[in-house]
Amino acid sequence: MHAFTAIDGLVAPLDRSNVDTDAIIPKQFLKSIRRSGFGPNLFDAWRYLDAGEPEQDCSRRPLNEDFVLNRSRYRGAQILLARENFGCGSSREHAVWALYEYGFRCVIAPSFGDIFFSNAGKNGLLTIVLPVQLVEQLFREVEATEGYRLKVELQPQTITTPSGKVLSFDVETALKERLLQGLDDIGMTLEHSDLIREYERQKAAEKPWLFPDPD
Amino acid sequence: MKAETLYDKLWNEHIVTDYGDGACLLYIDRHLVHEVTSPQAFEGLKLAGREPWRRTASLAVPDHNVPTRNRDSIDDPVSKKQLDALERNVREWRIPYIKLSDERQGIVHVIGPEQGVCQPGMTIVCGDSHTTTNGALAALAMGIGTSEVEHVLATQTLVARKSKNMRINVSNRLAPGITAKDLVLHIIGRIGTAGGAGSVIEFTGAGVTALSMEGRMTLCNMAIEAGARSGLVAVDDKTIDYVKGRPFAPDGDGWNQAVTYWKGLRSDPDAMFDQTVEIDAGQVQPCVTWGTSPEMVVSVHDDVPDPADEPDPVKREGMANALSYMDLAPGTPISSIRPDKIFIGSCTNSRIEDLREAARVVAGKQLAENIRQAIVVPGSGLVKRQAETEGLDRIFSDAGFEWREPGCSMCLGMNEDRLGAGERCASTSNRNFEGRQGAGSRTHLVSPAMAAAASIAGHFTDAREYISADDAD
Repeated sequence: MHAFTAIDGLVAPLDRSNVDTDAIIPKQFLKSIRRSGFGPNLFDAWRYLDAGEPEQDCSRRPLNEDFVLNRSRYRGAQILLARENFGCGSSREHAVWALYEYGFRCVIAPSFGDIFFSNAGKNGLLTIVLPVQLVEQLFREVEATEGYRLKVELQPQTITTPSGKVLSFDVETALKERLLQGLDDIGMTLEHSDLIREYERQKAAEKPWLFPDPD
Repeated sequence: MKAETLYDKLWNEHIVTDYGDGACLLYIDRHLVHEVTSPQAFEGLKLAGREPWRRTASLAVPDHNVPTRNRDSIDDPVSKKQLDALERNVREWRIPYIKLSDERQGIVHVIGPEQGVCQPGMTIVCGDSHTTTNGALAALAMGIGTSEVEHVLATQTLVARKSKNMRINVSNRLAPGITAKDLVLHIIGRIGTAGGAGSVIEFTGAGVTALSMEGRMTLCNMAIEAGARSGLVAVDDKTIDYVKGRPFAPDGDGWNQAVTYWKGLRSDPDAMFDQTVEIDAGQVQPCVTWGTSPEMVVSVHDDVPDPADEPDPVKREGMANALSYMDLAPGTPISSIRPDKIFIGSCTNSRIEDLREAARVVAGKQLAENIRQAIVVPGSGLVKRQAETEGLDRIFSDAGFEWREPGCSMCLGMNEDRLGAGERCASTSNRNFEGRQGAGSRTHLVSPAMAAAASIAGHFTDAREYISADDAD
């Protein structure tokens, strides 16, 4: 997967709570069997004025100029500032793929949907939880200042604002290591193959009904 | 020994190794696979030169993207490609598969319990958030993303962090004619869509044990809509009776051994929960959502709320956005809202009991004139057959409903079963998000009885008006 070490990126504010994964990437695009190609359809129903369908040329579609990501001052944003429960709903990892392909590398919110949070960590998209008051303050600063950027550094777990203020954030140790190195966790798990086999041997003896068929 | 919750027991039973930083490697007993979230996982497996760890622990079925009208050909080439990819992958990797033409085909979360593939005490995952449905069997059932689907295929494990223990204790029983769907919508209205965030919810109390297994599945299905990692109901005789005799259930000595173990799958009396919420089932009314989040819900006897009464500015704006999207004004009586379409189906409400509940309301009546379309989509081919044996299909058809083949259908509108822009639907599904049932669609979540009542009345109304007193329980 992609590594995340640090970015100094433009911030876009998405000022609504409970942004669900259906909104992030609507269902008609889930028919794809690939991992890529979702960026142009990120927030499709909010971003365009027409109805989006798979395999369209999105560069020719009418944009909803009112949608925050379409405003010129937020073009090229790499950090998405969001509200409570961002990424709730469906488990579709396509939501993370779409955000990443669009160019986002980090999402900051007071809380996230659990499955979305987990999916993000498997794709190099850093999800940062900050207290509601801090997020509120960032919203005010972003909206007041064109070109507002944040420096997000994973190793020291810090966010530096344009005024030089440093905010710290929590991240799980294992996730941090994987993000910093861009590691595939299947490889890491397979290093424990012996333990998995031992577990299966033990359970097959204790609870044979769980292992009815030889594989 | 320390008193444990049901979740603690299920978690501890499946730890392969504890990484010590809060994360554990958990063994996964069953992995359900469908066409939408699996192709990239199979591709990843192949590119990395890996093999499935334990093929027979998986079961694959197409459901999200399948046509519900005509099964002879799949007209949408993009859908067909995805369904073909699933067939190709299960063949290549020899994964047990229920194909589209098999009578057992259906929505993955309906067929798992129906086939006895999902059993008490198991860890069950699927690349679908409504996997929580299976928690009704006292199994730890969680939705996962595609990277995790690949991880489970390759290792039969998941790297997971333990969630908090939350209990929702439902005292008293639901009034006659009030359903599990009303209960779960009522709960989400109370605790909010993030109310269960970071937790696994165990549903306890007389109001829960009184529910049938189908009702418990409806309850656990929507635990995800309360933001929870999963939902659980402890094992009792109903659980064991439900599993008994199903095709994949244990038999002989294995059955006796399993039952002995399953009977312990309940929280110890003095187990500690991080949070407990008390709900009085006697207070639950027939529920209807009015907005674009399942927490935006009121009784059918109430009015659409006014954002001006909401003190929190973010919530107030959310409510205003939702009302604008739904084209509803504050103060509108819910009972005056007129749906255009009716959808009875989805992993929340497509089991036989749901169809019986709706049929009881519809029997001998006709769709109201303003209803442009009403469809019933059974959760599986076996549910469909059972319903036909009972004559439910005729009741629906005679009233003007379309009787369809099983699949996820209009719950998420990946196939051709969609709402048009601006169309309003009384839907027994689980999500009323913007655009969920089609771009610009407007969804009101209700129980099967309430959807049926709306189809006859032409507006939302208390379904109990259509059920005779002897019938209501």
